[in-house]
Amino acid sequence: MYDYSEFDAAFVAERNRQFRQQVERRVSGALTEDEFKPLRLMNGLYLQLHAYMLRVAIPSGTLDSAKMRQLAYIAERWDKGYGHFTTRQNIQFNWPKLPDVPDILDALAEVGMHAIQTSGNTIRNVTADHFAGAAQDEIADPRPVAELIRQWSTDHPEFQFLPRKFKIAVTGSPNDRAVIKAHDIGLQIVTRGTEQGYRVIVGGGLGRTPMIGKVLSDFVTQEDLLPYLESVVSVWNQIGRRDNKYKSRIKITVHEHGIDDIRARVAERFKLVRPAFSGVDLALFDEIKAAFAPPAFRKAGTESFDKAYSADPVFRAWADTNLAAHRAPGYAIVQISLKAHGATPGDATAEQMRVMADLAQFYGHDELRISHEQNVILPHVHVSDLPAMHAILKRHGLATANIGLISDIIACPGMDYCALATARSIPIAQEIATRFDELKLEHEIGELKIKISGCINACGHHHVGQIGILGLDRAGVENYQITLGGDHTQDAALGQRTGPGFSADEIVPAIERIIETYLDYRQDRQEPFLQTYRRIGIEPFKSALYEKARAHAAE
Amino acid sequence: MPRAFTPKVVTANALIEGDVVYLTVDDRWTRDLAQAEIITDEAHAQLRQLMAEAQPDQVVGVYLADVTAGTNGPEPTHFREDFRRSGPSNYRHGKQAELSDV
Repeated sequence: MYDYSEFDAAFVAERNRQFRQQVERRVSGALTEDEFKPLRLMNGLYLQLHAYMLRVAIPSGTLDSAKMRQLAYIAERWDKGYGHFTTRQNIQFNWPKLPDVPDILDALAEVGMHAIQTSGNTIRNVTADHFAGAAQDEIADPRPVAELIRQWSTDHPEFQFLPRKFKIAVTGSPNDRAVIKAHDIGLQIVTRGTEQGYRVIVGGGLGRTPMIGKVLSDFVTQEDLLPYLESVVSVWNQIGRRDNKYKSRIKITVHEHGIDDIRARVAERFKLVRPAFSGVDLALFDEIKAAFAPPAFRKAGTESFDKAYSADPVFRAWADTNLAAHRAPGYAIVQISLKAHGATPGDATAEQMRVMADLAQFYGHDELRISHEQNVILPHVHVSDLPAMHAILKRHGLATANIGLISDIIACPGMDYCALATARSIPIAQEIATRFDELKLEHEIGELKIKISGCINACGHHHVGQIGILGLDRAGVENYQITLGGDHTQDAALGQRTGPGFSADEIVPAIERIIETYLDYRQDRQEPFLQTYRRIGIEPFKSALYEKARAHAAE
Repeated sequence: MPRAFTPKVVTANALIEGDVVYLTVDDRWTRDLAQAEIITDEAHAQLRQLMAEAQPDQVVGVYLADVTAGTNGPEPTHFREDFRRSGPSNYRHGKQAELSDV
């Protein structure tokens, strides 16, 4: 994990000092809201439906126990005792009061955290594969380069007034768990011969006009990476549209100019930018890499795991569902579900945060990750510790065995919190999870990704959900559109709309009809939903959604 | 033909707490929609909104929200205003838990 240097600490302290004074000036009336708003947004502070909201960056989704405990402290001291983990690996506090925010930022700085550039038209927090450093299929840990990019982009003088926000995600594996094709820039660590470099994907994004990113370069070397990224952002900064905020993201620039034109412009710009990079970034990169060195994995027997696995069916179900393969022998990646049936996806109480921090410290080499799927990952746990860990997770409502299943739903905060939302997301997620838990069907259904957004901005990634749900306001009533066949992985695809939307009362029965159709049509239990969908197409699902409903109504 | 003016309340978020507030007939800010002034005249609505906007030390984001006159004062006509009046639906937080005047 990267620890702040003296420079970083001083930088954050100075920003916090400035913000404290800005808040004081706002409260005293010396600053108007119009003057204050861009300042608070630069520091991650939004004003939502019912309260302020502070969005705190979790770079690469990586935390240690000290950071997690401090988040728990903040939740208790200044909020309502919980925090919400987001699809960009951040944490949001939903109820801070304006005069408390400077104290919260100081508390974050104590553990090397901040809320800078979590909002506004800047380069946002850089996200990474949540299995980074642990995944079996990994070429290299993506977090060092994510950290390098974070340092380069933070307060970058050229990029403080971009046409719109800019999001970067990095993966070190061929299997994409970081949704890199739905980011402004997606980076994939690849090899050419013996050399490691980066495939650069540009122009992906969801929102009103969803686009799958296109390959801008198949291989950029480490030496060229930052100047290359700087050239890309610089080109967009110049020609990206500022007349219409719905057309300002780089995906539209790429779409309007064509990827070849953008590539040529980047190449031109690169000639100017490259000489300014003297190699300091490479030295820094080596330092950062050392900070992310893998822990000393221990060797131990697996008897306690084997025994619990054969004796305890609850443990077995959890282990089968929530563990992922680790690159070190005897180790597993533990996925802690923040999706207990009926709970708010991504929420953790202060107590749960402390339990996860303790578990990470005692059993997990002091590492935690936040996934874009709004769960918490303990990336390095020896399997012999799993029975004890599982028992503790159970006591704190953290042992739900549903990772990757129908109740492991991504949901944005929706109209329960967000000022931009057009409908609620959270209650729909809660109802779907509760319903399929009652039916005891979710293990039978198997792998399924439902993603829910409460407006077209698509924070809930609905376009790439295998089942996507989009909440809209139709003539003053909440209405939910369904898309099918989306894919957030290396085979990224946008879902296809089924047809007219459903009311809040009708949406859960509609999802049930989709699932019944899948179960009827699948070849066997080994054929997951997405595969069946790709084989049979959308028509049987449309028929189940609309014709059967009409037939039923006519009876 | 211009659309007929529908009843409104003046609403905003409180500067310090960030929660939803409404303007009362005697120029106070209340957390309780039922206590808000129902405005039925367009010119009066504009005046009240201007007056509210002149209090940036107290409130943020002033606007006119549609309401209907119910037995217990103004009632929201849109679900968004209904949520603003009560709070989120996943926890008993916000106004539904802690109603009190400014």
